[in-house]
Amino acid sequence: MKYLDEFRNPQHARQLLKAIRQRATRCWRIMDVCGGQTHNLLRNGIEQSLEGVIELIHGPGCPVCVTPAEVIDQAIELAGQPGICLMTFADMLRVPGTKTSLQAARAHGHQVRMSYSPLDAVKYAREHSDVDVVFLAVGFETTAPATALAVKQARQLRLNNFSLLTSHVRVLPAMRQIAFSPECCIDGFLAAGHVCTVTGYAEYAELAQQSGLPILITGFEPLDLLQGIRTAVDLLEQGQIDVINEYSRAVKEEGNPAANQLLTDVFEVVDQSWRGLGVLPASGLGLRKDWEEFDARHRYRLAMNASHSETKCRSGEVLQGRLKPGDCAEFGVRCHPGHPLGAPMVSSEGTCAAYYQYYSLRSDHRSSISE
Amino acid sequence: MCLGIPGEVTAWIDRDPLFARAMLDFGGIRKECSMVCVPEAEVGDYVIVHAGIAIARLNSEQAAETLAQFSKLPADEEEA
Ligand code: SF4
Repeated sequence: MKYLDEFRNPQHARQLLKAIRQRATRCWRIMDVCGGQTHNLLRNGIEQSLEGVIELIHGPGCPVCVTPAEVIDQAIELAGQPGICLMTFADMLRVPGTKTSLQAARAHGHQVRMSYSPLDAVKYAREHSDVDVVFLAVGFETTAPATALAVKQARQLRLNNFSLLTSHVRVLPAMRQIAFSPECCIDGFLAAGHVCTVTGYAEYAELAQQSGLPILITGFEPLDLLQGIRTAVDLLEQGQIDVINEYSRAVKEEGNPAANQLLTDVFEVVDQSWRGLGVLPASGLGLRKDWEEFDARHRYRLAMNASHSETKCRSGEVLQGRLKPGDCAEFGVRCHPGHPLGAPMVSSEGTCAAYYQYYSLRSDHRSSISE
Repeated sequence: MCLGIPGEVTAWIDRDPLFARAMLDFGGIRKECSMVCVPEAEVGDYVIVHAGIAIARLNSEQAAETLAQFSKLPADEEEA
């Protein structure tokens, strides 16, 4: 078993599609929380195949999309200081801040390097003692353990040229925000499977019961996604509210204890600003006081600039499922992956970019599983 | 950055609690990853990696159970 082809079997995909079509008596609105799921639903033609049967709504789970513009501004400010090298994930480079992006700043001589992992940034700092390395750390609970491990390694190695500019977010408060909003427009969640590998799902039962929305813990392969949708439809048709783990090969109810230990050692829960959504209480992970020496905001005395720039981007509505990208006036006009006006058009996990890539090319881009 | 795909553990490199690493194979592409969060993984196991660290070991029995459910789906008549 390689855990890939087995979960992409086209015949089983067709059977699952058929089961969903037969079962659904109305067009249930199901939100996939994670950007990776959004990407795969569109790339594999699942959303397209279920058009008119199930409405798939794409949630706030693209970390690149929810990082506030002001954090990008801070990163750019640091990258412009002599002696500092700003490192971050490739996707972050093109995200617009309030004025410009890290990529544009780099073209103007700022020190910016891509890095696949915060651990690589620690390695780079170790090998370049003359450079002050700042890692811009974003992401959900899937990525936060890597950040926590990086800072622990840096302390163990006694590095004094490594620090973090953090903007880590937690999934559950964002799901709550959507579920309890008076404008809530969904009937159920496909919860982010990889986040659940870390956090587990013990806390989801309360959310499901209080909100009346079933929650399916779902993986990323086509059969995982279809199975999640099928079970969601079954529950909705029976009027049942439940939390079901459809990704049991990777997710345990208690999550990953070692990863959680890293998170509690290094981070505390803080209020966090989300791009497009504003400040959500207890929705972020900030460095504990004990790790202050590795906090770039402390080390370089950065103030959070509260200037909110005027933007035509309607990402907040897109992230809550209230607006389809195609209904944004800028979509495909002034906003496209080569020239993103907003963060959801940057990352391949961003809803706008996924729609641009797979919807406009739908006829020749459908994968083998659809139809 | 979140399209975590499964990688096969081919060799352990370091068992240190902070610097534990293994060589993984992602469908022919070899890459070193941190194993701090999956110390129980053995050579031959598959793990899911995010941002350079393995965050979950895949459970083959659970995977087989899920696949068995799929094979019980009613046959697709249009196929026949
Ligand atoms: S299409 Fe562009 S401007 Fe419109 S919501 Fe998406 S990212 Fe923002």
